[in-house]
Amino acid sequence: MTSAETWAVIVGGMVVTYATRLSFVLLPHPERLPEVFRRGLRLVAPAVLAAIIVPQVIVLESGQAEFFGPRPAAALFAALIGWRTRNTWLAIGGGMISLWILQAVGA
Amino acid sequence: MPPDPPTPSREFLNGARNTLPILLGVVPFGLFFGALALEVGLTPIEAQGLSLFVFAGSAQFVAVDLIRQSVAPVVIVLTIFIVNLRHALYSASLAPYVARLPFRWRAVMAWLLTDEAFAVSTPRYRSTDLERAHWHFLGTGLALWSCWQLSTAMGIVFGARIPESLSLAFALPLTFLAMLIPTLVDRPAWAAAVAGGVLSLLLRGLPHGLGLVLAAVLAVGIGLAAETASRARRPGEVGHDQR
Repeated sequence: MTSAETWAVIVGGMVVTYATRLSFVLLPHPERLPEVFRRGLRLVAPAVLAAIIVPQVIVLESGQAEFFGPRPAAALFAALIGWRTRNTWLAIGGGMISLWILQAVGA
Repeated sequence: MPPDPPTPSREFLNGARNTLPILLGVVPFGLFFGALALEVGLTPIEAQGLSLFVFAGSAQFVAVDLIRQSVAPVVIVLTIFIVNLRHALYSASLAPYVARLPFRWRAVMAWLLTDEAFAVSTPRYRSTDLERAHWHFLGTGLALWSCWQLSTAMGIVFGARIPESLSLAFALPLTFLAMLIPTLVDRPAWAAAVAGGVLSLLLRGLPHGLGLVLAAVLAVGIGLAAETASRARRPGEVGHDQR
């Protein structure tokens, strides 16, 4: 990505992020949020995060999907740690260490 | 006679002090962000620029991840917007308390309205003597802002020394995985996550990384449908979304 493109992301990201924060604060008489918006919002995080994670874990550089390999296994391990401990850093650390081990043994 | 409300400086210092525990969680993420941003090829100025101008932790990680994958800038900005939509909820919660403040105050407070600032300020706004509570918010917001900038800068300095062979970029999806797990509180959330993952995999061939945005939007719809279905099955039961 060129430097101009990266700065387009930074400036664009600034504008849309500030817009979400400013939205209701700007209104003189803030109305209640529409119900479907409120219900949908809590589902945005699981939907987006899973959509970002899955291809990166499963798809190889070649574009082929690989369900069994070091990265899916390391991600599964990280998920299990995160699920049991609820600790972000243990999950990330555990996943990275298992990836290094699996890559080293050529699994 | 009721006691005077706390002075602006007292409110400001209380706001900053109440933020200290949460800063312990913010600093490592700032360090991590700075290091990862350099790892995926951003310059130090660009990495710091994201923290300075976007100032939204999870969206910044997403941006760096998508920049690494050379996704089209407009799609990255759209994704940042979707990831940050939740701020509109905070904005709506804060709005009634700041409606009487001058515009410049509301503009500054909105700039500082992060997940963490919202979490720290909510107890203050549920308390009494709200006349100068905006100074409390300012103390909280500025503490978080300066901490995020400093920790990003330190991460950039550290990140320049991390060897390539560690596959550190894989820490990005793992970070999102760690963020995903606490959101899976019920069936609709699971439905949204499973749909998001599967659809994103199926749609990955779409140009400019648009598959990600489309998958996320469709998955929210599927989650909403799952919620409606589970409500229909169990009428009268109070769902998780009754917050």
